[in-house]
Amino acid sequence: MTQESFSARRNTQNQATETEQVQVNTTGQSAGVDDLLDEIDSVLESNAEEFVRGFVQKGGQ
Amino acid sequence: MSARRLVGLETEYGVIRPQMPKANATVLSAQIVDAYAQLVAEQSSTATAARWDYADETPLQDARGFEMQRSMAHPSQLTDAEPELEESGIWTAESIALDGNDARVGSTLYQEKDSTDVVMNMVLGNGARLYVDHAHPEYSSPESLTPRDAVLWDQAGDEVMRRAAQTAQRMGSGELLLYKNNTDNKSVSYGAHENYLVPRSIEFSSIVSGLTPFFVSRQIFCGAGRVGRGMLNERAEFQISQRADFFEAEVGLETTINRPIINTRDEPHANWDKYRRLHVIIGDANLGQVSTLLRVGTTNLVLSLIEANMAPALELVEPVLALQQISHDPSLTTRVKFRGGIELSAIEIQRLYLEASEKYCAQRSIDDPDTIEILTRWAQILDVLEHDPLEAADQIDWIAKYKLISGFTERHQLTLADPRVAMMDLQWADLRTDKGLYYRLAARGAIKTLFSQEEINQAVATPPEDTRAYLRGMALQRYAPYVVAANWDALSFAVPGARQISRFHMSEPLEGTRQSVGDLFDANMEISEFIDELARRK
Repeated sequence: MTQESFSARRNTQNQATETEQVQVNTTGQSAGVDDLLDEIDSVLESNAEEFVRGFVQKGGQ
Repeated sequence: MSARRLVGLETEYGVIRPQMPKANATVLSAQIVDAYAQLVAEQSSTATAARWDYADETPLQDARGFEMQRSMAHPSQLTDAEPELEESGIWTAESIALDGNDARVGSTLYQEKDSTDVVMNMVLGNGARLYVDHAHPEYSSPESLTPRDAVLWDQAGDEVMRRAAQTAQRMGSGELLLYKNNTDNKSVSYGAHENYLVPRSIEFSSIVSGLTPFFVSRQIFCGAGRVGRGMLNERAEFQISQRADFFEAEVGLETTINRPIINTRDEPHANWDKYRRLHVIIGDANLGQVSTLLRVGTTNLVLSLIEANMAPALELVEPVLALQQISHDPSLTTRVKFRGGIELSAIEIQRLYLEASEKYCAQRSIDDPDTIEILTRWAQILDVLEHDPLEAADQIDWIAKYKLISGFTERHQLTLADPRVAMMDLQWADLRTDKGLYYRLAARGAIKTLFSQEEINQAVATPPEDTRAYLRGMALQRYAPYVVAANWDALSFAVPGARQISRFHMSEPLEGTRQSVGDLFDANMEISEFIDELARRK
């Protein structure tokens, strides 16, 4: 892809359209959450307590 | 000004080696940065245009050491037990460091024996900086000019880190896990800083007074959510912000202790007389694209208000307390105290800033699409939050996390003190797309995004075109072997046969754009011709 077409990836129109499409869709959110919770055991690190205990960071800014 | 402004976002990522919890964090961070250097070197030594979807462009081609010699930008792998490495003591020192001793990266990994303070530090072909900051790998995005671009090149940083961790594992460094969060929930916090270009003519006192109520309250749409109360995580309670409990001061220079709501670091990386770089340390690192967009876009507008002397005249009685009171109330009903006996909720504070911004833009007929988008989204999100915060779970990071964790505890009749809840809070920010709970939720369409993975991949390889990041990034892509040093406001080339280094200052962040120097790169010149032409333009 050229630089030109990359920079043209957004235009005013689709930015405005996307903004208008911001709306509440709680059904979709809840379905996604329920779906993920259905299989959370396979996604979540199994040794939760030990894993969390081991997540020790040094100071940052 | 408007919602458009020169912005750069920095993220310090949490890093662990799960098989070796006590591994030295600085060494792990160096392994991440080094792995990415190796990946870049691999790509530049093979056919161009192989990895990315570019027909004409070379892929993420080369990055060079930041004030580092070229040979040092391509160090031998940390994990290679090459005889010469063993002989020079590098592998041994690193092994010792991994065993938990406090080895300094500068003296063990890449440093020449007679020098003491090298840090791992790269400039990337997209204009970003990737380096080891204390005990964390950090990505500092290239300067961008619109809120959307700030989001895109911030997301590119997450992708860079993800690839670095994958490469480190492939190279035999073992499994390194990275987290885009801001606390280990034990005692430590690390930052996600924002940098905004503002005119030096603005009094710093008006920045402080204008921004403080805004910063205290903006977390309601850009907090990342945390299960834990207090710096030491005394209790398992949900709060809006990762960072709020780590702030202790109103104004100050520190970033690691006694953290202030307004940071006074004055290091513009640009023309000092003309500009100030407002260094914002109070934000959370956002995985969510909409939260990042709102964080940057609304802050840009509020800075415009301050420049026009139109910021709401509000003075919190106790800003630090207010910051934490708001963070500790996911219902968003808490009111905080202002001088004059006024009490306002975070939503009410934000509405005052929104109304002032709408008035400012209307007076000046500002109607560019970026500003319209931010004003529209800002108004919409405040309406949604007022009606029911949970309805914003598909847009706002802390609410998405809150909804997921609440669903889990309700389903299994657990309290927030359950270790699996702490695991979810942490794993929310895991950068692996198959493990990170943010990514798992987004993959199900439960979180709105602004950019596709393909667009993010392009931003890994390509700089923004409307700032000096373009010149920096393109110079590294095209002329990397000759770039001997690069930083935010300078580029130095060593031209074969030339007696001196050619150093170009970029003290004007809005120069060096595609419009001004793009033709030089399009012309595919030899390095000496390129340097001559660039000098002529300056």
